[in-house]
Amino acid sequence: MSNIVLETKDLTKYFYDPVKIQVLKSVSMKVNHGEFVSIVGKSGCGKSTLLYLLSTMDTDYEGQLFMDDQLITGKSDQELAQIRNEKIGFVFQFHYLLPEYDVLRNVMLPGLKLGKLSKEEVEHNAMEHLRTLDMTDQVLKMPNQLSGGQKQRVAIARALINNPLIIMGDEPTGNLDKKNSDLVFDIFNELALEKKQTLLVVTHDNDFAARTHRTITMEDGRII
Amino acid sequence: MNFKLILNIAIHLLRARLKQSIVAAAGVTFGISMFVTLLGFMNGLNDLLDNLMLNRTAHVRLYNEIKPTEQQPVVLSEQFQKNTHFIRSIKPKDEGLAIYNSRAIIQNLKQDERVIDVSAKITTPVFFNSGTIEISGIINGVDVLAEDKLFQLTDYMIEGSVNNLLQNNSIMIGKGLSEKMLLTTGDIIKVTTAKGDLASLKIVGIFQIGIAEIDNTLTYTSLDTAQKILGKPTNYITDIQVKLYDISTASVVAKEFQHRFNVDTIDYETANSQFETGSSVRSIISYAVGIVLLIVAGFGIYNIMNMMIFEKMDSIAILKATGFSGQDVKWIFISLSLIIGIVGGILGLLLGLVLSTIIDSIPFETASLPTVTTYPINYNPFFYIIGITFALLTSTIAGLFPALKASKVDPVEIIRGK
Repeated sequence: MSNIVLETKDLTKYFYDPVKIQVLKSVSMKVNHGEFVSIVGKSGCGKSTLLYLLSTMDTDYEGQLFMDDQLITGKSDQELAQIRNEKIGFVFQFHYLLPEYDVLRNVMLPGLKLGKLSKEEVEHNAMEHLRTLDMTDQVLKMPNQLSGGQKQRVAIARALINNPLIIMGDEPTGNLDKKNSDLVFDIFNELALEKKQTLLVVTHDNDFAARTHRTITMEDGRII
Repeated sequence: MNFKLILNIAIHLLRARLKQSIVAAAGVTFGISMFVTLLGFMNGLNDLLDNLMLNRTAHVRLYNEIKPTEQQPVVLSEQFQKNTHFIRSIKPKDEGLAIYNSRAIIQNLKQDERVIDVSAKITTPVFFNSGTIEISGIINGVDVLAEDKLFQLTDYMIEGSVNNLLQNNSIMIGKGLSEKMLLTTGDIIKVTTAKGDLASLKIVGIFQIGIAEIDNTLTYTSLDTAQKILGKPTNYITDIQVKLYDISTASVVAKEFQHRFNVDTIDYETANSQFETGSSVRSIISYAVGIVLLIVAGFGIYNIMNMMIFEKMDSIAILKATGFSGQDVKWIFISLSLIIGIVGGILGLLLGLVLSTIIDSIPFETASLPTVTTYPINYNPFFYIIGITFALLTSTIAGLFPALKASKVDPVEIIRGK
C-alpha cells in the first residue's frame, strides 16, 4: 500500500466574479500517511481555496486530485459526499455544530450517516472520543451552552468519529484564545503522534505552523 | 439512503421552528377540513335533491305518446315515392294512451336481471266535485305494493296508510287538495272522468310530497279502481315504470326497451336534466373552493420552508461538509414538508369530520322533505381520500422548490462567507 494519502497534480483554479483571476497556479503536493502538515501564507494567497478543493466540496478546478491513490476528480456529488463522510474529518474556524442537536448527537451524526456501525456502537465511539477530549460532562448540553474552545473540541470529536483518512482544518484556532489554541494544537499533535492520524491544517498562526511536522508555504497561488 | 436518519434530522429542524411549523400545518388543516366539510355538505344537499327527484321518478318509463303516425300512407305508397309530399292538417292517430300487450311486457321486464321491480300505472285527468265547484286533478291508478316499494309512498303519508288502497274504491289525496275541499280520511270524494263518468271514492289516506302543485292535484288509487272508473278492461295500463339496479345505464336501457317493446320510453336523466346540471355545478364549485384553499395552504408551506432554509444555511453547509449529499439534503427538506402536510392533513380530516357532524346535527325541517330533520351530509370516504391526497400533493410541491434550493447550497460559500 502506498504511503501517500493525498496528492494533487497541477491544480489550477480561477475565480470569475467580478473578473477572471487565477487563484491557484498548478499546485502539486503530497501528504503522506501520519503527517501533520500545515499550510501557511498571507491572506489571499489561495490557501483556503486549496483546502476546499482538497476537501472535495469545491469541484470547479483544473488538474487532478488523488486520495488514497484513487482519482477523485470528476466523481459525482453522491460519491464525493460519501468520500467526505468516510475519509475526511473537518474542523472549521467557526465551530459549525448543528444547533438542533446536543453534543453527543452532533458527534454521532456522520457515523450514523455512514451507517457501517450500529447506533449503539457509534454512540460508544462518540463517548470514547469525547472522553479523550475531556468533554464527558458536556455530552447532553446543546451547542449554544458551550464555550468556543469546548465547541471546537466537539467539532474535533465529530471529525474523528468515522476514523477518517485525513483531518482537514481551516483555521481551527483562528477564533480561539491562546490557551484554547494550545489545547487544540496539543490534541492534533497527540493524534498525529499516537494514532498516526494524518492532519492538514490551514492557518495564519505562524507559531502553530512552526510546531507542525511540515509546513507548506503559499504565495500568490503557488507553493514556495 | 438512510431514511431514518434523514427523517430524524427533518424532525429536529421542525422542532427548532415549532411555531412556524404549527402555523403552516394549521393552514393545511384549515384547507383540508374546509374542503372535506364543503364537499360533504354540498354532496349531501345534492343527494337530498336527487333523492327528492329519484324517489318520485322511474328510472325508465314506458308509455304511449300521443302523436301522429310517423309514416303517413302517402309515404308508403310506391306510386308517389319520388314525389314531394305536402300533407296538411295531420292529427294524432287514435291509438289511445294504453300500452298494447302490457301484461306480456311487464312479465318480460320482471324477468330482466337489470330491473329491480316494475310498477304499472294508469294516469288520467279527472275533476273532483265539491258542491258546485269542480277542481281538476289527476288520478294515478297504481299497483299499490310495487309503487310503495319503488317510490316510498309511505314516507310521504301524513294520515292513513298506503296499504289501505288495496280496498275497493279507495283513494289517497294530497294535503293541498284535502285542505281545499275540507276532506279528511273516511270522507267520500266525488270524481268525474274526462268522458263524463261519475264515481264516488273513499279517502283512506292523505300524503304530502312537498311540491304544492302535486299536493293540490295528484291522487292515488289502485289499478283496479282506476280501470273501473274509466270503464276500461283489466289490461288497460298507460305507464310502466321501471327501476334499475344500475341507474347509470338508464338511458341505454330506455332505448333498448323502446325497440324491444315498440313503445315510447324516457329515462330519468332526460326527464330531469336540470337536476343533473345543478348537481354538477355545485360539485364543481365546492371542488374549486376546496382546491384553492389547499393551494393557499401550499403557499404557506412554501414560505415557511424558504425561511427555514435561509435560517439553516449553516446547518445545510455542515451537513454537506460531513458527508450528506445534495440528494440527502433535498430529501430532508421534502420530508420536512411532508411531515407538515401529513400532520396538517390528518388533523384536517378529523376537523372536517367534526364540522360535518356538527352540521349534520343542525335541525333542518322542510315540508317538502318529511324524512329529513337535519342538514344533510355525505360522509363519502372518497372526499377524505381526495383531501389527504391533495394535502400530500400540495405539501410535496410546496416543499420541492425550497428543497431543490437547499440541495444546491454551496457549502464552501457559506463556510468562507463567515
